[in-house]
Amino acid sequence: MRPWPDLAFAALLYASCAALVLGAAWRLARWLRTPQPRRVPVTPAPRTVAGVCARMVHETLFFTTLWRASPWTWLLGWTFHVGLALVLLQHLRYVTAHWWGWVSWLSAYGHLASALLLAGLAGLWARRLLVDRIRWITRPSDHAVLALIAGVALTGVIMKYVAPVDVVAVKAFVRGLVTARPEPLPGDAILLAHVLLAAALIAVFPFGKLMHGPGLWVNPTRAQADDARERARPRHG
Amino acid sequence: MAERDPRAMPAVPAVTPGAMAGSRPHPAEVGDQEALGFPGARIADWHERAVARMGELVRGNRALRLAMDACMHCGACTDKCHYFLGTGDPLNMPVARQELFRSVWRRHHTLAGRWLPWLVGARELDEEMLERWYTYFHQCSQCRRCAAFCPVGIDTSEVSQAAREIMANIGLGQRYTHQVVAKVHATGNNLGLPEPALRDTLEGLEEDLLEDTGVPVRLPLDEPGAEVLLVAPSADFFAEPHVDGLMGYAKVFHQAGVSWTLSTVAAEAANFGLFIGSEDNMRRIAHRVREAAAGLGVKRIVFGECGHAWRVAYNMLHDLAGPFDFLDPRYPVPQHVVEVTHDLLRRGALRLDPAANDHRRVTFHDSCNVARASSMGGVPGGQFTLPREVLRAACNHVFEMPRGATGAHTFCCGGGGGLLTDELLDLRVAGARPRMRALAEVVDAHGVTHLVAICAICKSQFAKVFPRYGLEFDQVLSLHQVVGDALLMR
Repeated sequence: MRPWPDLAFAALLYASCAALVLGAAWRLARWLRTPQPRRVPVTPAPRTVAGVCARMVHETLFFTTLWRASPWTWLLGWTFHVGLALVLLQHLRYVTAHWWGWVSWLSAYGHLASALLLAGLAGLWARRLLVDRIRWITRPSDHAVLALIAGVALTGVIMKYVAPVDVVAVKAFVRGLVTARPEPLPGDAILLAHVLLAAALIAVFPFGKLMHGPGLWVNPTRAQADDARERARPRHG
Repeated sequence: MAERDPRAMPAVPAVTPGAMAGSRPHPAEVGDQEALGFPGARIADWHERAVARMGELVRGNRALRLAMDACMHCGACTDKCHYFLGTGDPLNMPVARQELFRSVWRRHHTLAGRWLPWLVGARELDEEMLERWYTYFHQCSQCRRCAAFCPVGIDTSEVSQAAREIMANIGLGQRYTHQVVAKVHATGNNLGLPEPALRDTLEGLEEDLLEDTGVPVRLPLDEPGAEVLLVAPSADFFAEPHVDGLMGYAKVFHQAGVSWTLSTVAAEAANFGLFIGSEDNMRRIAHRVREAAAGLGVKRIVFGECGHAWRVAYNMLHDLAGPFDFLDPRYPVPQHVVEVTHDLLRRGALRLDPAANDHRRVTFHDSCNVARASSMGGVPGGQFTLPREVLRAACNHVFEMPRGATGAHTFCCGGGGGLLTDELLDLRVAGARPRMRALAEVVDAHGVTHLVAICAICKSQFAKVFPRYGLEFDQVLSLHQVVGDALLMR
């Protein structure tokens, strides 16, 4: 075990994952502890909690509202998120002791997932530069987040298609993290950059706008059922 | 005038910074500020107080907290606000309007905003920012169209209400809204009508009704033991076309044989406390309804045609002034007059002759607060179907405006949220443009002659801005006017 890069990167990844878990828990707890004194569902809304949950699942999987708001943004955003989800799932190959069957099946389409992710990301970034309304509302941190994701994605794609790294050694390193028995990390610069950027992304995730997914589930305008009068009705018998 | 053809401009304008920077309402008067429990004039430590109040509001309101935390600047809302579509001013894009508030929130209440203000867009609440707040939080009618399109459900009306509440708390209220709230506190209605004037008005309307129908239709005031307390917006007592709607409710109750009464204590459905986000003032106004219902011993509370009033009544009345356990538990509390008429029609208790409206070709305007902040009839989407079913029963020629301009995606009239004041007329005319575009479509395609509404603000706004778009002021109707005209009386 060398202090650099093995132990440094192990520590970095532990720290960033801790920041992700603790930060997200803290943020969620703060949201949930904030009272909601008023009934504010945006109507028409489901009339039961089960209906709200069903709509949330649909919204989470298909971005229904975004589709209605802007089909182009939907296309780019949905493509990006689906690509991202597929790519993340493929990373399970490094985490689990044995290569799960469906993960290996998925990995056969890895190029497609990467293409979706990059195309969506490029489109979303282009909007921020080309559409006058979106350019106006874009802050430096919006670009920073896109740059961070792009950095992780591009270094990943380079390793996969241009300058392959020793994936067996990478898996040994990740398994070492999972089992708390550190293993050496290959010293390729591109791999180190990939891990460094990913760690940064993981660590900042809970503290900014990237929490918009959980935010949807907590937001009373969507999470409340349209049942104000029923709730208030005196129960008889 | 440039507005005359609402389709002359592109549907989504180019970004035009500063286009509406000069539009702001008159500040509230000292007496009205104090009547609402706010300081009369700008306080010396306004900055500290505003920042502190901001923290209190965000910590006490989850929807507002999520508006601070969950926006990803995706821009889905940027072409949804009628004030942006009508003016092109980028600060009328909902996300940009929210950002006026969020940037101050970040600066004072987040680590990133304190350490890296340039990166995350954190701004100081200085005189310039305060002026922007006063300008642009009074260019939001709190219609929630942006919220309906937001992928995470962020509601600009929450942010606008909070901003106005903070400004009121440092002595910077808005004259029109605060005047109205002060009048309700003093007299029980937005207009400040004293009891004798109200009684006199109602007697005059009874005479008109007798003359028109030959039937002694009553407009009872403060009658103990009536079945129904009707809480109408006070504009219904004298403004056109509102008053025809009031006479329509009276005909419906008369014909159905339901005893009812108006009340001097709660001669106002509207609750402008909502527009300034003031829980205390909303509660005081809502309690008048409770007081009136309890005092008169009624069994049901029915709200008249008023958009935001129905939002407050439907979603908030119980929390503000409940429980209403002294009312008849067989009826929802409260009810909308459209629900009452719809139910009577379904049960065959009313007979309508739609041919009586054959001289009218109408379209229905979904009022924003009814559409996106309430429901009717206990069925999803009832706020859209019930009024239309009532309208179709009363009129043979009903046409729908284009999709995207009705139902859940309806456009605000341009005068809601406390903006129905003369000094904001340019904003109101511009903000009405998306609605006028949609209306122009059905006027051209189907020869529509009238727009039917169920909101006092919509009616006043359209009566005012129609002439700017080449229509007559009287081409807006109350739903219950159309019903009343078709009702077979005996």
